[in-house]
Amino acid sequence: MTRPLVAIRSVSKNFGEFQALKQVSLDVWSGEVLCLIGASGSGKTTLLRCINQLTSVDSGGIWLDGELLGLREEGERLHRLTPQQIARQRLKTGMVFQRFNLFPHKTALENITEGPVQVQGRKREDARAEAMELLRRVGLAAKADAYPAQLSGGQQQRVAIARALAMKPMLMLFDEPTSALDPELVGEVLSVMKELARSGMTMMVVTHELGFAREVADKVVYMDHGAIVESGPAADVLGAPREARTQSFLAAVI
Amino acid sequence: MRAADALAEGFPDISGMTVARQTHWRRWVGAAAILVVLAAIGRAFASGQIEWAYVGRFLTVKVILEGIVNTMVMAVLAMALGIVLGVVVAIMRLSPNPVLKSVAAGYTWLFRGTPLILQLLLWFNLALVFPTIGIPGLWSVRAVDVMTPFLSALLGLGINQGAYTSEVMRAGMLSVDAGQYEAAQAIGMGRLHALRRIILPQAMRVVIPPLGNEFIGMVKATSLASVIQYPEVLHNAENIYYANSRVIELLIVAGFWYLLVVSILTPLQMLLERRFARGALQIAR
Repeated sequence: MTRPLVAIRSVSKNFGEFQALKQVSLDVWSGEVLCLIGASGSGKTTLLRCINQLTSVDSGGIWLDGELLGLREEGERLHRLTPQQIARQRLKTGMVFQRFNLFPHKTALENITEGPVQVQGRKREDARAEAMELLRRVGLAAKADAYPAQLSGGQQQRVAIARALAMKPMLMLFDEPTSALDPELVGEVLSVMKELARSGMTMMVVTHELGFAREVADKVVYMDHGAIVESGPAADVLGAPREARTQSFLAAVI
Repeated sequence: MRAADALAEGFPDISGMTVARQTHWRRWVGAAAILVVLAAIGRAFASGQIEWAYVGRFLTVKVILEGIVNTMVMAVLAMALGIVLGVVVAIMRLSPNPVLKSVAAGYTWLFRGTPLILQLLLWFNLALVFPTIGIPGLWSVRAVDVMTPFLSALLGLGINQGAYTSEVMRAGMLSVDAGQYEAAQAIGMGRLHALRRIILPQAMRVVIPPLGNEFIGMVKATSLASVIQYPEVLHNAENIYYANSRVIELLIVAGFWYLLVVSILTPLQMLLERRFARGALQIAR
């Protein structure tokens, strides 16, 4: 493979005076599991949101599967894509949110089939069959007809993972998927994510679970104040960090 | 030194004792006072200048029944128009497009800012402004023929209602967590698609109690259409008392029907609320 699945080049993003991202560049290769770590406000969530365009970048560019996101080059200038074109680009990524964001008025199964049926125009029966298969995969086949309010946090997050997978994305984005969970529920979500990683899915995971990062990540990126401070194999960044800032962050977390 | 799991003395076991019933003296006295006042009011009406026999006779007379049917038809149609306009205007108001936004704000400002009765009179008298309505050269009609009491009342009440309903709808949409919109976007939905499938169904739960309120208001607001000759129940009651001078009796008849309709609507609203509470009440079960 000669081309990374995700290529981030000199991406900057400001929220008013606050610089959320400063000239961030990064490659993610197909099949790779990349963990983004860092203190809150370091820009890791913003970077993830830029990749599925819930947040737009101010400067620089992100290429997904060779396609520039949100913009199109024409002559010497860049033009913004229409909302429809952006929605189509979004289908290549699946997003899992910190607060699950399941649709509370739909059952677990309906949450999963909503995208395939409504957006991709798939047949309802096919979508239901695949959704059941996904629910089995995340260990929740028995909860197909449960509403989100009837599920624990861990179960809701597993349904949310299944909902994202139902769109058959090339890349899965996880935004602190276990931060809103009670401690005893973290494990079930992480084990679903580990299974997903083993299956070869390309994943970008913003996380505070350093144990998960150590075990699963091919690459760990440490961010601070909107910039990448250090990146490399998990064993290096977590085991023998070169940068002083990484060292002090890890010392504070562990 | 006490053992770590030992309990202190002096706190007897009261788990077997019963709690005595409280006597609410003040409530009894208050209730008695209210009953006395109500009885006095009832007696005053019973012995006042009201011919109750007329009330009974006109309660189910044909013109009155037609009137209440017209009232309900108008209330339902005008409310439907109001809800459609309200949803559209609320979506415009929350759109990123500044043109749509200001059109929506202007609509609400204009129709909420002037009295309903004035708007009804304007619609009814539209012919004074535009003698004919149509597309120049292609098709035209006389405004007097189009602006019947029915259409004037429907437009006046419905468009006015839309201004209020849009604010109710906007509040409902804003009450839905922003994460819901992001989750809908993340599975590839556009703005309108997400509004229709994800945001509005959740907003409905919040919106139904105030909408029920608005509908009850609408049932009574149709009585204003009596000034533009729409034959709703109050207008018909007035026509009868112009002939027989039984003013109070016929007003009581009309009042009875309004009360009856509103009393039937309240449980209907509760049924609707239960329908849209899907998912939300599951914990309470």
